[in-house]
Amino acid sequence: MSVLQPVEQKTLSEKLFLVRFKTDTESHLKVDPEKCKVCKDKSCIYICPAEVYKLDEKENIIISYEGCLECGTCRIACEFIEWVNPKGGYGVCYRYG
Amino acid sequence: MDKFDCIIIGAGPAGVAAALTLVRKGLTVAVFERGEYPGSKNLFGGVLYSTILNKLIPNFWEDAPVERHITKRRYSLLSQNSEMAVEFDFDDFNHPPFNNSFTVLRSKFDRWFAQKAEDAGAVIFTETVVDDFIYDNGKVSGIKARREGGDVYADVIVCAEGANSLLTEKAGLKEKPLPHQMITASKEVISLPREVIEDRFSLNNDEGMALEFFGGAVKGMIGSGFIYTNKDSLSVGVGCPISVIKENNMKPNDLLELFKSHSVIKKLLRGGKTEELSAKMIPELGYKNLPKLTVDGLLIVGDAGGFVNPSLYREGTNMAMYSGVAAAEIILEARQSGDFSEKGLEGYIKSLKDSFVMKDLERYGDVPEKISEMPQLFKEYPDAVLKFAEGYFTISDLSKDELHRQAWKGFKDKVSIGKFLWDMYKARKAIL
Repeated sequence: MSVLQPVEQKTLSEKLFLVRFKTDTESHLKVDPEKCKVCKDKSCIYICPAEVYKLDEKENIIISYEGCLECGTCRIACEFIEWVNPKGGYGVCYRYG
Repeated sequence: MDKFDCIIIGAGPAGVAAALTLVRKGLTVAVFERGEYPGSKNLFGGVLYSTILNKLIPNFWEDAPVERHITKRRYSLLSQNSEMAVEFDFDDFNHPPFNNSFTVLRSKFDRWFAQKAEDAGAVIFTETVVDDFIYDNGKVSGIKARREGGDVYADVIVCAEGANSLLTEKAGLKEKPLPHQMITASKEVISLPREVIEDRFSLNNDEGMALEFFGGAVKGMIGSGFIYTNKDSLSVGVGCPISVIKENNMKPNDLLELFKSHSVIKKLLRGGKTEELSAKMIPELGYKNLPKLTVDGLLIVGDAGGFVNPSLYREGTNMAMYSGVAAAEIILEARQSGDFSEKGLEGYIKSLKDSFVMKDLERYGDVPEKISEMPQLFKEYPDAVLKFAEGYFTISDLSKDELHRQAWKGFKDKVSIGKFLWDMYKARKAIL
């Protein structure tokens, strides 16, 4: 590719595909559906750099913990998210960092 | 029962600096790292300051996987489609110790650094999460690792768990940080051929450049964007306080893409290929809100302690390493008396206070708070300054007097001069 071409724009999921993850079968992130129902802000949906939290048609929070970059931002933005470290060796594994 | 002289939680710069200092004095040290290998979960923007590292491992750059040494810095204000910048280039930084500023990629660098501690005798348990401390009569006496037979004991524990400080909070040394006390940064490593980087940024072999962008870099919000040159890649990212991202309903990835697509930034990234996306929180707790750093049997080091200089200097890893070494030195002292109580470890706080770590944290301690009260520094002022420059440099048939008058008017329409000067005075500490 020419060095004068713009950087190929990738969607977030394409970019997450470039990141190495060792995926656990269990989520290390938990929300309390009852609290989510009454939460007006729902900052988890946009605050996460990997957009791990999404709303389904029934307005439930879906957590794609598999793509979590483990920054911890959601834990600071929302007081109800339960955050534990993924199992040893699991989760994100940066090749560059 | 497993027992070590010291247990360290986290194999980042702070934890490894502590481990290296302790094993060199013959202590038995266990380092617990939850990643697959040290560095696999570690991240920063991209510039390592190395005054402490160079004392720990003299001339480390001959051996360490450093990318480039920084000889050149550029600070830019962006509007939506223009830029005004200050650049500093100093040839003397080309000689050892290279101004102690190097770009590195953490998963390579931290792995190398941890290997040094391992070679010197530290035992590093990778893929091992620590979930809690073990207490004995109120004193921290061990850790609970998430593995079979995971209770491990030591005379003293050093917590170097990083910015997402679950254990430090659990132990009651720190409240959960508030959204305005944490920056969230997203970054991409974008590969480019070496010679293209050197040509594009006007660098000789191994010379590197650090570029910081404000204003239109992050939609005029409080925060900034950056580009740091590695050997054959660029570290490109944006960071804003979580409170600001929240208020503006912005997605960090959208901010990053906006930054990359800015007319000025786009040109610098041409031909590049995204290799990796990453994200990290940066603690900017403020001097008054630093956690309690010692209790009986435990010391907090690195990002968990909030040791990040929030000014334009952007110093984190060097402070982390200093805190690790300082903790280790106090542990060595405490061993003489066998007193690992909070009192026995209090020399750690003194050592930090006598050093650049606490001096700088104190000096810049209220910068995040002050700046949060002056969002105009990131929006109205950059816009006004660039408006002035746009007027000043736009050629027309007007006499230069007329042109200058108009440019000046463009500036004054946007801001009041008195308030501008006063705000600049108030913000001076954030800059100098």
